[in-house]
Amino acid sequence: MKVAIINYGMGNLGSVRRALAELHAEAFIADHPGALWDAQHIVLPGVGSFAEGSARLHADGWDEALRKQVIEHRKPILGICLGMQLLASQGEEGGSSRGLNLIPGKVARLDTLGCRERVPHAGWNDVEVVSTHPLFAHIGNETDFYFVHSYVFCAQPEHVLATCKYGVSFAAAVGEGHVFGTQFHPEKSSKAGHRLLRNFLEYGSC
Amino acid sequence: MLKVRVIPTLLWKNLGLVKGVGFNSWRRVGSVLPSIKVYNMRDVDELILVDINASQDQQAPDHDSVSDFSDECFVPLTVGGGINSVDHIVHLLKAGADKICLNSAAYDDPSLIDRAAAHFGAQCVIASIDARQMEPGRYECFSHAGTRATGKDPISWARELADRGAGEILITSIDLDGTMQGYDLRLVSSITQAVAIPVIASGGAGSYQDMVLAVKEAGASAVAAASMFHFTEQTPAEAKRHLQQAGIPVRRNFVETD
Repeated sequence: MKVAIINYGMGNLGSVRRALAELHAEAFIADHPGALWDAQHIVLPGVGSFAEGSARLHADGWDEALRKQVIEHRKPILGICLGMQLLASQGEEGGSSRGLNLIPGKVARLDTLGCRERVPHAGWNDVEVVSTHPLFAHIGNETDFYFVHSYVFCAQPEHVLATCKYGVSFAAAVGEGHVFGTQFHPEKSSKAGHRLLRNFLEYGSC
Repeated sequence: MLKVRVIPTLLWKNLGLVKGVGFNSWRRVGSVLPSIKVYNMRDVDELILVDINASQDQQAPDHDSVSDFSDECFVPLTVGGGINSVDHIVHLLKAGADKICLNSAAYDDPSLIDRAAAHFGAQCVIASIDARQMEPGRYECFSHAGTRATGKDPISWARELADRGAGEILITSIDLDGTMQGYDLRLVSSITQAVAIPVIASGGAGSYQDMVLAVKEAGASAVAAASMFHFTEQTPAEAKRHLQQAGIPVRRNFVETD
């Protein structure tokens, strides 16, 4: 299976590619929007600020290409960390800016939501899987995943697949149809993360 | 609930894994790649990798080696040593680092922290402070692997680093480093009280109980150790078991459900 990892200048692309290769996926770095045609699945990684990520997605034509591939051609997509946040309608980091609007909601800083813990939220935290979903197949409740972020995706309850508690409860994973996002880093979450990535690769391909 | 991380620190020099005492008298203790493989297999919480050569001699980070190392690493990998530009960080992240650790360059140009945080996000930037006790209760920050006095005191420097956008502080006691006599709890706790970002305690860990104290008494979010893992039979997994028995939350191993 061919998996495109979007290179919009904002990601730990190397880590994501290695994790997917470990699962025997044919993962490649997509350097331009046209490369998405070759992929069956798409991963939108992300390390950085929302405003910068959003600017790059819109300036380089990724938004239009993603809309076509994900909405028209129904290719499954997984957004990771900032990549998940960019699936939202709007973000506040680095000034208000628009996201890809693939899953409705906005992105806000943890402490503006009432979190009184140390921010960034960095380290392993357990997640609660709120609904049975193929993305979390064989992954039990209270499994630890690796998080490192200061902002969270405030999604509608029906789009929240898993939650995490850190001062406040927030969306650890979101999903609508074949569009998914994880606030944690599955590519860095060792065995649990590999299981989730495998679930994503298996989604819609059997 | 957020878990307390146990982080092995790997120092490398000319591709050899080394460990010193008080940032001096480096001893070769193995090779880097096999150690990373073992730690990855044992599923450690996170790894910190510091290039001593690059740090001491102000060389650019060796991203080719980092790329080889990260091939074997599916847990979060922080890389430090010799980083003094946004460009260095771009290359290291591309090579497979997940976070980077800034130390000496921040003294010369503190705005590097601002620029790194603006570009990569605060969560990607660990600011490392190496401190030496000059007289009882008074500490000073040292740069270039402990070789140069900076005139800065660790508390105000930690505040400045946090204000400029660092995502975590790694605080190391130069005096206790490699001694395995326990962390400098006073130093660690002065930093955890000064900033609202996570603090990683480093320098001096010799036993599991030292780690318990760093968390319970000094408020550390994570504990780093090198000598106790290189030179004794103690392991990160056992350390976590010990922390858990002391009532500290740690990550559990993943088991697939049916």
